[in-house]
Amino acid sequence: MNVADFSFTRHPLENMLVLSAIIFCAGLYTVMTRKNAVSILMGVELILNAANINFVAFSQYLPSAGIHGGVFSVFVILLAAAEAAVALAIIIGIYQNFGRADVDVADLMKE
Amino acid sequence: MDEKTLKIALWLVPLLPVGGFILNLFFGRFMHKLASSALACATVGGSAVIAWLTFFHVKADGPIQTDAIQWFYTGDGKQALTFVVDHLLRVDQLTCVMMLIVTNVAFLIHLFSVGYMAEEKRYSRYFSYLNLFTGFMLMLVMSGNLLGMFIGWEGVGLCSYLLIGFWFEKVENASAGMKAFIVNRIGDLAFTVGLLMLFCYIGTLPGGAWTVDLKELAGIFAKQGSVMDVGIITTIGILMFLGATGKSAQIPLYVWLPDAMAGPTPVSALIHAATMVTAGVYMVARMNFLYSMSPGALTVVALVGGATALFAGTIGVAQNDIKKVLAYSTVSQLGFMFIGVGVGAYSAGISHLMTHAFFKACLFLGAGSVIMGMHHQQDIRKMGGLRKYMPITFVTFAIASIAIAGIPPFAGFWSKDEILWKAWSTKNLLIPGQIIWLMGAIAAAFTAFYMTRLVVKTFYGELRTPIGGGHDALAGAHGHDDAHGHDAHDAHDGGGHDDHAAPAEHHGLEHPPKESPWTMTLPLVVLAILSVVGGSICTPHWIRGDFEHWLHDVCPDAAVKHHEPGKHEMSAAGLQGHGPAAPGKPEEHHGPAAMEIILMVFSTGVAIGAIAFAWIVYRKKEGAPAEKFVSEHRELYELVRDKYRVDELYENTVIAFQLGANEACARFDNAVIDGAVNGAGEAGASTSLYTGYFDNEVVDGGVNAVAKAAQAAGRGTRSIQTGNIRTYIAASVIGGLFVIAFFCLWMMWVTQQGGK
Repeated sequence: MNVADFSFTRHPLENMLVLSAIIFCAGLYTVMTRKNAVSILMGVELILNAANINFVAFSQYLPSAGIHGGVFSVFVILLAAAEAAVALAIIIGIYQNFGRADVDVADLMKE
Repeated sequence: MDEKTLKIALWLVPLLPVGGFILNLFFGRFMHKLASSALACATVGGSAVIAWLTFFHVKADGPIQTDAIQWFYTGDGKQALTFVVDHLLRVDQLTCVMMLIVTNVAFLIHLFSVGYMAEEKRYSRYFSYLNLFTGFMLMLVMSGNLLGMFIGWEGVGLCSYLLIGFWFEKVENASAGMKAFIVNRIGDLAFTVGLLMLFCYIGTLPGGAWTVDLKELAGIFAKQGSVMDVGIITTIGILMFLGATGKSAQIPLYVWLPDAMAGPTPVSALIHAATMVTAGVYMVARMNFLYSMSPGALTVVALVGGATALFAGTIGVAQNDIKKVLAYSTVSQLGFMFIGVGVGAYSAGISHLMTHAFFKACLFLGAGSVIMGMHHQQDIRKMGGLRKYMPITFVTFAIASIAIAGIPPFAGFWSKDEILWKAWSTKNLLIPGQIIWLMGAIAAAFTAFYMTRLVVKTFYGELRTPIGGGHDALAGAHGHDDAHGHDAHDAHDGGGHDDHAAPAEHHGLEHPPKESPWTMTLPLVVLAILSVVGGSICTPHWIRGDFEHWLHDVCPDAAVKHHEPGKHEMSAAGLQGHGPAAPGKPEEHHGPAAMEIILMVFSTGVAIGAIAFAWIVYRKKEGAPAEKFVSEHRELYELVRDKYRVDELYENTVIAFQLGANEACARFDNAVIDGAVNGAGEAGASTSLYTGYFDNEVVDGGVNAVAKAAQAAGRGTRSIQTGNIRTYIAASVIGGLFVIAFFCLWMMWVTQQGGK
């Protein structure tokens, strides 16, 4: 198999990167502006996924890079899952303490 | 005794009594009373023996002196300002006379004290002081230089204080002692100034030398006399005479002597009659080379002497304490002595000193005997009729009274008359001598009068104090009312004698007065005999007396020749009124001047008249005319009886001034000096207050400001920690953007660099 067998290779690499960037920015926007903690978590997932796209794109479009990109993105998915579990646990804790899953209420660390 | 041994023995004369003092002082309490007094009498007796031996030597061979023991000096012997003072005893004829008087009379008084002070607790202390006094007095008369004399001068003042205040348990006695010492010291100040003035003047005189040795001074005066400044010499003479007024109780410093009667009677006899008070007269006679140069100083001496004689004589008439009468009599007789030396008749003054020592000591000891017999009663109004009870005392007292009144051929007549004659005929003074004579003559009349009054009131008539059973009549309020005679006297002895006896205190006598023991009557008899015959050597030369002649080399009479007004040529040789003489040559006697005989007869008549007058008033008329006089002239009587209130005058002027000065100084000390010290302290305190402020405000403020700045910075910085998650996210995103930007720029720069 070579790059010409895949339809996506009709698009240049830059398009993949742009896609990844768009998804990254969306995720970043979500993280920065949402009140709800779960929403922020979703934004974080978006960011991670954008990074994944980047890894895979580079792995595919540059054969000299080997399959290292794909392997790394598997790690990233794994870590994202673990981190989501932990984050959800924290959100549950926040909800139990404050009654709302709103990031603005957990400001007890302020000075 | 040969000369060499005698020279060494001379040191013993003053030192033996001082040794007795030390022994009695330290070991007296372990000694039996008899041993203590025997030691004291033995030391004085030893001195007396050596004094007699010295007298014989001096009579035969002339003056003798000990080898000098170096005391101190300045300079190193090579420079001109070498001044040497040695310990030196020099005995010439004048000193010999004084030594004999002092040692013999002191011995008799030591003997008398054995009986008189027999019940005293501090027996050995008393004898130690008496010995010390004798030692100092001998030092005074025997010393060859003025500093040694001054040591003796001060020392006898000290012993006078110790002995007057001997019964110091009573505060009046202690005060009297202090008064004596302080008044003496005032005189001593003048003496010291005069001495220093003399020293400096003689030292800076061309042809003079820096010396205080008496012989050298006499030599300098003899050689340089005509070129000396009479004004300075007069000042020196007056200053030293002021010292003599303190020591010898003349106006203005006589006030201590009557108060000094608070001491034991033998002390009054020794110190205040026979010896210490004569130190002033001795000093003037010793310094005759100075006084003969200065008619001014001589006039002062004679006037003060005459005034004192008269003044004290009048006070003596109004006194009722036997010792006070004798005290004022002493002051008066000392005035006579100063008249004698003041008109330049030094040997006459010294001869009266000698005869006065005899009869005044006899009178005082007799008074002591009377006081003992009357169980410490001193008021003559309570006495009377004692000639029945105490015959020996009576006879000796009467003999001494006749002697002091000046009846020939008793001792007092010759010396007193010599003085009066010399006063009448002197040409040495700035005023006519007759004025001085008049003062002396009136004083002599008073003397005869009050002595006769004293004798009559004490010894004649009936005893005015009841004998026995007296304490039944008394309310028994006094603790010393007991039937044991001598225990009561112990209490009295410890308490001292008052000069007045309040009628309520002394009830009747427990038993009639009896004569005193032999230790007391023997001295009385000896002194009475001396009062009779002692004048024989000072009779005028035309009756074979050679006193004046013997002293001629040492203290020749002054002969001040007045040349032109304002300048006196001085000559210390020759005599006035008698034929021409040169020192050392016996005078040609061509019999007495007519005036001399007339004056003798006159003064004898006056004395006899005064005695007779007093006899009539007090014996025949039982004092009624006196009472009448007193009641008619109440204020005058009280003025005289209160000694013209001189003490009160002094108290209100001098002493008040002194106390005021004390007060002012004390206030100055409190206000200014303490104020300054306190102020310094306060300044320190307030300085520390201000530095404290500085420390608190400024220094701590700086430190606090730093802390506050840190806190503010922290507060500022802490505001980042909002606790809001979205803020943290935003911050991290922005930070990340910066990192990416930086990285991109760096890469661009690297590739740009790589492209070069």
